[in-house]
Amino acid sequence: MSLILTAIIVLCASGLASLGCGRIPGRANAIGAAGTVLGCLIGLAPAAEALWSGQAQALHMAWPVPLGSFHIQIDALSAFFLLPVLGLPAIAAIYGKTYLAAYSGKKNLGASWFFYTILVASMALVVIARNAVLFLMAWEIMSLSSFFLVCFEDEKEATRKAGWTYLVATHIGTAFLLVMFVLLTHHNPSMDFDHFSAAGMNGASISGLVFLLAVVGFGTKAGFMPFHVWLPEAHPAAPSHVSAVMSGVMIKTGIYGILRILTFLGHPDPWWGWVLTGIGVVSGILGVLFALAQHDLKRLLAYHSVENIGIIALGLGMGVLGMALNQPVLAVIGFAGGLLHVLNHAIFKGLLFLGAGAVLHETGERDIEKLGGLMRRMPVTGALFLLGAVAICGLPPLNGFISEFLIYMAALSGMGAAGVSLSGIAVITALAMIGGLAAACFTKAFGVVFLGEARTSATEKAHEVSAAMRFSMAILGLGCVLIGVSGPAVISAMKPVLETVTGYQNYDVAACLAGSLAPLKHISAAAVIFLAAAGVLIWLRRWLLSGRNPAESGTWSCGYLRSSARIQYTASSFAQPLTGMFGFFLQTHQEIEPVEGYFPSKGRLHTDTGDIFTRNLYRPIFKGVERFLLRLHWIQQGRVQLYVLYVAVTLLFLLVWNLR
Amino acid sequence: MTHMELWIDILIVLLILTNLKLMGSSRLSACIRTVALQGILLGALPLIAGHGQIPFRVVILSGVTILLKGVVFPWLLLRALRTSNTRREMEPFIGYSTSMLISVGLIGLAMWMGGRLPLPVPLKSPLVVPLALFTIMTGLLAIVSRRKAISQVLGYLVMENGIYAFGLTLAQKEPMLIELGTLLDVFMAVFVMGIAIFHINREFDHIDTDLLASLRD
Repeated sequence: MSLILTAIIVLCASGLASLGCGRIPGRANAIGAAGTVLGCLIGLAPAAEALWSGQAQALHMAWPVPLGSFHIQIDALSAFFLLPVLGLPAIAAIYGKTYLAAYSGKKNLGASWFFYTILVASMALVVIARNAVLFLMAWEIMSLSSFFLVCFEDEKEATRKAGWTYLVATHIGTAFLLVMFVLLTHHNPSMDFDHFSAAGMNGASISGLVFLLAVVGFGTKAGFMPFHVWLPEAHPAAPSHVSAVMSGVMIKTGIYGILRILTFLGHPDPWWGWVLTGIGVVSGILGVLFALAQHDLKRLLAYHSVENIGIIALGLGMGVLGMALNQPVLAVIGFAGGLLHVLNHAIFKGLLFLGAGAVLHETGERDIEKLGGLMRRMPVTGALFLLGAVAICGLPPLNGFISEFLIYMAALSGMGAAGVSLSGIAVITALAMIGGLAAACFTKAFGVVFLGEARTSATEKAHEVSAAMRFSMAILGLGCVLIGVSGPAVISAMKPVLETVTGYQNYDVAACLAGSLAPLKHISAAAVIFLAAAGVLIWLRRWLLSGRNPAESGTWSCGYLRSSARIQYTASSFAQPLTGMFGFFLQTHQEIEPVEGYFPSKGRLHTDTGDIFTRNLYRPIFKGVERFLLRLHWIQQGRVQLYVLYVAVTLLFLLVWNLR
Repeated sequence: MTHMELWIDILIVLLILTNLKLMGSSRLSACIRTVALQGILLGALPLIAGHGQIPFRVVILSGVTILLKGVVFPWLLLRALRTSNTRREMEPFIGYSTSMLISVGLIGLAMWMGGRLPLPVPLKSPLVVPLALFTIMTGLLAIVSRRKAISQVLGYLVMENGIYAFGLTLAQKEPMLIELGTLLDVFMAVFVMGIAIFHINREFDHIDTDLLASLRD
């Protein structure tokens, strides 16, 4: 336990030191990055140990806060979440050091690193806290530090708006969590998590309500539709390494929260599983559809986070359903798929955001339509982005495939049982659809950004990014491949985590997993063969081309000579068939000036796909609240005397009322 | 009624009269002197109320109170008044006669409350609690009904006097340190307000607080 506390202290201390060096950007940058890497490495040791041994370690200290106690524990579930929570920020910090160097002198880098280290430390505390007060405090610190990170470029109006949206959303979510913890404390003497699980909520009437509050409260952080509206605003606004950390791991603390609450609630009801599955279907399909319609590379990735959270929810939904209906195989594989996807998404989404950041760093452009031809200028970044794109689409032989395969297996294993069949079919259909649309979306993103010709002069001047940035991305790419080829081993190692989540003592978790491990072994073997074959082919191409001099020339364009980069396929035109098909959901706003006549001179197309939930759900609600509150404006006269009068009259009234 | 209780009641009645005088007078310098008088009377109250041998700490406390409230504060406020070129409280939100009427109502309310308020210790005079409550309410009324910043400072001081009187009745054993701390607080507050008034006046050429309303959103 001392190691994880040391890690948190090292993180906070290096953040403070970095803040102190705010005037010297180079030093602040170095201290912040080095401290983050050091702190995360120290913290990963106890996590790995707990995961390896399966033994939980705890630390309990008195804390003079009402209902609070400084109670932390690393059990298998916490340890599993600690891996991405500490792993990805360390890798992103190496990247961030170079990425932020471009802002040196213009921005206070010390402050940025301070909030970054605080964010990492608070995320670690969130997953190990075992007291509701401590948990909520860490949760709030996490929300606030990430808010300040999002507002890094606060001179831009869009950034301020994004920060505001995020702040409002996260606090509404926390309000639900507060109510939830109060309900859990109902019969308990303290807010320690031990008391919650010991209280035996089994079958209690409020457990359903607690579950719903957890889904809304934690789902707001995780990005469940329709509570996701802050994601597509905040992720593009933040610096890229921060986007990677927020999208890769911070939103996962919401998933952790739901899992942790489930362990308190005992035996779940089947409808909990249906709720989670429903949320998963909606988030997954709509998330990828909205991603398809975006032009902003980082906003596109943000919507993919919504999609992947949906996939995770599908896995959890299957798991909860399996527990509710006493189908251990379904429960274990469902949770295994969902949890593994948490880890996988952290890796490939981290990689993709860092890749998008590299593009932004070199070209200053997030608009897909203005990029192009970067593969030749940034070959390593391009190749790694492609790797991440393949992984996120759930294609073999990479890691995304393994977790989605497990969720498929879970849905199939439950077929035939009452109450599962329908949701199983929904899960399989949704996953298939998500996979197809994601593949289309990343074909668009990768193809338009990296292939073809540069569309602007800024893009033409792009270079490969620095070695440190490439190194960070390469580690994540390696992670995608490693988990992809060693699926069975990774899943076997997750056994203690699954035992913690399901609470199974009378079932053998390993036996439940065996059924899906067998095909995965074949898949791993095939993946190794595939990768080897790919390696051989690449080597063969090199060998064949060695000694020759391949020349580049333009494609034959039907005799048309005055070709221009602007006649390439655009992202919008590539996605148009699909966005048109789902126009009902997307409600894309279009402005068209069509080309006319035999010698068309000018044409214009502008599309804007805003979020339907923002437009049709939240905006009317907030407008209504504002209109209601404006009616109370007459109270605000701005006279000091009047305010004192309000206070005095209230006090006098209370006094008289009491003495009555 | 013993000799001592008579003296206490006389003091209390005088204090109530200072409150009424404050509400009824428009000249700011007169108001400041009234509040100074109130401070001196209040400082003298524990000296008179003590049984036989008066403890040393009470003497110190009374001395400091009289010095601050009777000399230092009036001097600070009169200085601020001179620098701001203000003489009278013009057009208060609540007129002088109305203020007097409200004050009389407040006395009744304070009397009623003093009768009903459960107190942990027996009192030397039944009028002390009503006096304290009435003084607090007067201070609030002055803050609410007057425009000039100086009047508001006076209201604040009067309110504090009320709290002091209340503490006097209840906490006989209250440590001296706390009382001195409170006095220091008030001193700082008046000091800061005096400076603030001076600066507001220099910036805006007046100290009408209601014009601050233009700062609202």
